[in-house]
Amino acid sequence: MSNEALKKHILTILENVSDPEMPVLSVLDLGIVRDVYLQDDGLIEVIITPTYSGCPAMSVIATNIKFELLAHGFPKVKVTEILSPAWTTDWMTESGKQKLKDYGIAPPQTQARLDKLLFQDHPLVFCPQCGSNNTELLSEFGSTACKSLMRCKDCLEPFDYFKCH
Amino acid sequence: MNNLFEYTLRIADNALILGHRLSELCGHGPVLEQDIAVTNIALDLVGQARTLYQYAAEVQNQGKTEDDIAYLRDVYDFKNLLLVEQPNGDFAHTIVRQFFFSAFQYPYFQKMAYSNDDILRGVAEKAVKELAYHLRWSSEWLIRLGDGTAESHQRAQKAVDNLWTYAGEAFIADELDNWAITEGVGVALENIKTSFDKTVNDVLAEATLSKPSDLYMQKGGKKGQHTEYLGYILAEMQFMQRAYPNMAW
Repeated sequence: MSNEALKKHILTILENVSDPEMPVLSVLDLGIVRDVYLQDDGLIEVIITPTYSGCPAMSVIATNIKFELLAHGFPKVKVTEILSPAWTTDWMTESGKQKLKDYGIAPPQTQARLDKLLFQDHPLVFCPQCGSNNTELLSEFGSTACKSLMRCKDCLEPFDYFKCH
Repeated sequence: MNNLFEYTLRIADNALILGHRLSELCGHGPVLEQDIAVTNIALDLVGQARTLYQYAAEVQNQGKTEDDIAYLRDVYDFKNLLLVEQPNGDFAHTIVRQFFFSAFQYPYFQKMAYSNDDILRGVAEKAVKELAYHLRWSSEWLIRLGDGTAESHQRAQKAVDNLWTYAGEAFIADELDNWAITEGVGVALENIKTSFDKTVNDVLAEATLSKPSDLYMQKGGKKGQHTEYLGYILAEMQFMQRAYPNMAW
C-alpha cells in the first residue's frame, strides 16, 4: 500500500473512534484529528487537538485511537496532542452537524466569531426536536464543557446546544 | 531564578487556585444550572493549569511532573494573585471575584495569543474562547444581581467593595513582568488595564453599582506573599499527597 493509500485507510479506521461524551460523533466529524504521519520505522503518529482546555475526554480518545488501530493490525501508534491552531467548531464536518441534530443536540452556528462574543445577542438556535427558532437560553453552561442548555418555547422541550468556539 | 518557569507559574497558579475555589461549590451552587456553570468554569481553569504545569515542569528540567508542582509546593511558592484565593462567600462574592478576574484574564490571554513562546501562545489561543464565556457569564450575573432586588443589589455592592482592593494587583508590573515583555514572552500590563477599566466601568454602570474610589491596591501574591486563605486551600487540596507521598489512583 502506498503511503497515501495507507493514510486514507487509517483515517477510515479512525471513523470508528467516537467522542465518549457524544457517541454519535467520530473524532473526524469533530475535527479533533488534525493529521496522520507515517514514520519510516512504521510508527503511526496521530495528531489530535483538544476541543476544550480541560476536556476530560482527551485521554480516553487518545487511548481509543490506539486500541482501534491495534485492532486493525497497527501496534506502533503514537498520539500527539497539539494546542495550536486552536480547535474551533468551524472544523466540525457537515455530516457531523447533521448527526448531532439527529441525536437531539443543536449543532453550532457556523463561523464562530470570538470578537463579538461579549454582550452580543445570543445566536438564533433552532430546536433540534421541532425545528422552531423560538428558543431561549437557560444556561450558558450545560452538561459538558462544549454545550449550553436551551429550551424551545414552541414544543417546550429543553435541549443541548453545541456552542460556538 | 528561571524567569520563564516563574512567569509560567504565575499564570498557572491563578488558574489552579481559582479553579479549586470554584470546585468547592460543586453540589452547592444556588441552583442546578449555576452549579454546573461554576464547575464548568472550574474545569476550564484546571485544564489551563494542567497544560501550563506540564510546561513549567519541562522548563524547570528537574524531573518534576505537573502533579509535583501542584501538590508539593507550599504557600510561598505559589504566585497567584490575592484575588483568586479569596473565599467564595455568598453568590455575589463568587460572581464579583470571577468578574474581576475574567475582566483581567480575557484581554491578557488575547495578548498572550501573540507570545513568541509556542506553549504560552497555544494555551492562550485555545483558552481565550473559554474565557470569553466566563466574562460574559459573570458580567450578566453581576448586572442581574446589581440591578435586581434591594437585597441582591446590596450584596453585590458589598462584594465589589470588599474585593476591589484585590482587583489591581494584576496590573502592577514588577521586574519579572518587564523581563517577559522584553523577551516577547509576556504581556504589557498597561495595555490590558485600559480594557479592564472599560469592562468594569461598563458592567458596573449597567448593574447600577458604584465603583469604589479607593485607589490603594493590595499586592504580594505574585511574590508568594499571600492572604491567610491560601494555606487553607492548599491544606485541603494537597492533603492526600502530603499524607501519603507518591500515592496514585
